[in-house]
Amino acid sequence: MPARPKPNTASTSAPAPVSTWSSRHLLGLQELPAAEISALLGQAAAYRDLATSNTRRSTLLKGQMVVTMFVESSTRTKVSFNLAARRLGADTLDFAAGSSSLSKGETLVDTVKNIEAMGIDILVVRHPASGAPHLLVRQVKSVVVNAGDGAHEHPTQGLLDTFTILRARGKVAGLKVGIVGDILHSRVARSNIWALLKLGAEVWVCGPATLIPDGIRDLGVKVSHDLDALLPSLDVVNMLRIQHERIKGPPLFPSIHEYARLFGLNAARVRSAKTSLLVMHPGPLNRGVEITPEVADGPRSAILEQVANGLAVRMAVLHRAAGFPPGATSA
Amino acid sequence: MSTILIRGGRVIDPANGVDAVAHVFIRDGKIVSVGAKETKAKETIEAKGLVVCPGLIDMHVHLREPGKEEEETIASGSAAAIAGGFTSVAAMPNTEPACDTEAQVEFTVLRGNRAGLANVFPIGAVSKGRRGAELAEIGQMVRGGAVAFSDDGAPVHNAALMRLALEYAAMFDRCVIQHSEDPNLFGCGCMHEGRVSMELGLEGIPGAAEESMIARDVLLAKLTGGHLHVAHISARGSAEQIRRGKAEGVRVTAEVTPHHFTLTDERVRTFDPVFKMNPPLREGPDVAAMIRGLQDGTIEVIASDHAPHATEEKELEFPEAPFGVIGLETQLGLVMTYLVEPGHLPLPKAIATMTVNPARILRIPKGTLSPGADADVTLFDPKKKWTVDATKFRSRSRNCPFHGWPLRGRPEMVLVGGRVLPCR
Repeated sequence: MPARPKPNTASTSAPAPVSTWSSRHLLGLQELPAAEISALLGQAAAYRDLATSNTRRSTLLKGQMVVTMFVESSTRTKVSFNLAARRLGADTLDFAAGSSSLSKGETLVDTVKNIEAMGIDILVVRHPASGAPHLLVRQVKSVVVNAGDGAHEHPTQGLLDTFTILRARGKVAGLKVGIVGDILHSRVARSNIWALLKLGAEVWVCGPATLIPDGIRDLGVKVSHDLDALLPSLDVVNMLRIQHERIKGPPLFPSIHEYARLFGLNAARVRSAKTSLLVMHPGPLNRGVEITPEVADGPRSAILEQVANGLAVRMAVLHRAAGFPPGATSA
Repeated sequence: MSTILIRGGRVIDPANGVDAVAHVFIRDGKIVSVGAKETKAKETIEAKGLVVCPGLIDMHVHLREPGKEEEETIASGSAAAIAGGFTSVAAMPNTEPACDTEAQVEFTVLRGNRAGLANVFPIGAVSKGRRGAELAEIGQMVRGGAVAFSDDGAPVHNAALMRLALEYAAMFDRCVIQHSEDPNLFGCGCMHEGRVSMELGLEGIPGAAEESMIARDVLLAKLTGGHLHVAHISARGSAEQIRRGKAEGVRVTAEVTPHHFTLTDERVRTFDPVFKMNPPLREGPDVAAMIRGLQDGTIEVIASDHAPHATEEKELEFPEAPFGVIGLETQLGLVMTYLVEPGHLPLPKAIATMTVNPARILRIPKGTLSPGADADVTLFDPKKKWTVDATKFRSRSRNCPFHGWPLRGRPEMVLVGGRVLPCR
């Protein structure tokens, strides 16, 4: 169970290197100490070249079975985990939730226990319910890696976004990072906030008041409802999509049109920003809503770099999940 | 002629202002006297070191029969009541089908009598099928034995229907028990809305969902002169609304559950649905407001909201799992350990919340040791240390958030109509 974090635990000094991981499971970044986040980013750096190479591959996870179980749609993350596992020499199995016994009324725990009985080592799970991976950790024996649970956390996305900033700017501490959009429903925002604060960034969230949860300031982030005022001072901006599928009551803002006008990143807005502004987006993009094509595909965009970095980060996370110590990249 | 003497216990009878070491003499199932005089009886119960009080009443339990007998039955729930030191329970009508007719009410009474343990008083539904559209046959349910009316599990959302219910039930001198929750503000929430829900990404239920409906209902009780009883309050503002209503002379009473004065939303960080209940666990200041409300009499009842659920239902993803926890077998220990022991509530006042106060709200001739009253008596050891073991409960369900907790204060024995029943 994660300890209640103190707000603003940010420290600008480099954390001491770690020699062991706190756990093989990865449930969220809230409970990971800064030193361990840094160690995971270092591990990702060690895998970065291997990650996008089709000619070389590691044998570190040879004989291990990695199962990806996505009870919610995904393209990037699922492909990324599968490729990461294969590039480490693991066997992979993709469990298609839509055509599974889950749709016949079997509980999540029973489904996983059944797959587990066939011999698996690492379970990568995405689920629409916050806490689903935590439920599995209580009930099953496999190592569980959270690939996104409800609006709670998406730890590998938080790591890969932070890794992207680190590689582009050489540091995280002291940078001013804006996360713009549907913060309320975003697990990406939460995981980013934890990682960035722990590594010493100044974090701002920006969006309509109805999409920014009450009390988020208590975490140590700053809040803006005015993108034009905020943008010129940012070093990094991370644009999030509106999660329409999680909005069940009345719409939380008047129209997409108004939203795009107030909070969309377009060329005119980017001209007011620092020339060094790094533009990120976790995907999937809604072009013309939160980001215009010219910005998404423009020179400051790190969007495809994020995807490539995601592979390296997930290799690092699987390395940890398989029980190898920090540093080593071969068995 | 059968006679019983309960000898030398600390007799606490808040209805009569009694708190003294005394003997309770019982003849043919009725209280004869409470006093220093030791009358010779056929049976003597040695009560030295024990508290002897009117049989405890839990005015808010869900016994699941008919419809969900695998979770609880009237018989198993009555057994759990006895184990917890309760001689009377009031059963909520959200069974399947709902308890909304005279026949259904009589079924509950019949099954209660057949179990032959605690007294089981039915609460009838306010609206037909608990659908919130039109009044159920309240008058006939009163004839069948209904002691109050509620759509608990859901609020009476329609203000006009709530007004009618208060007016109509008052004609039979019965209260309307409201599950206060604005369904629109509630949305798809599954925990308290606050810092923790924000961090966990779970949809929250703001305190205002409860407070706003209480504010409305207090106005309706004022308008109609009816008796509003607010079930399981949890938010600090709720206590304030009720306090204000009382100050204006509105007939409003309220209850709180043990989990709302002992636990906060921090527990939900485990994502364990054993901490999922409705109303949800709230924050430290809300817990403090519940205790203050008990102290100043704003809240006059402690009730368990005993809500059994099958284990498989509580092992689901947090948003999917049902709301509710069981509480009959832990309530007395929690009251003693978390209210009386730390000095928040004097023992007689704590006992009043589970005896004379609910009896008055339900208009039942219970909760007192007055001469002539039914000999419903609870004997408990106020110092006895024990550890909660949900696997040993007499309830059919195990969804107890206090499993493994060390508590002080344990029921030893009850008398129901003069019949002696051990609690273990």
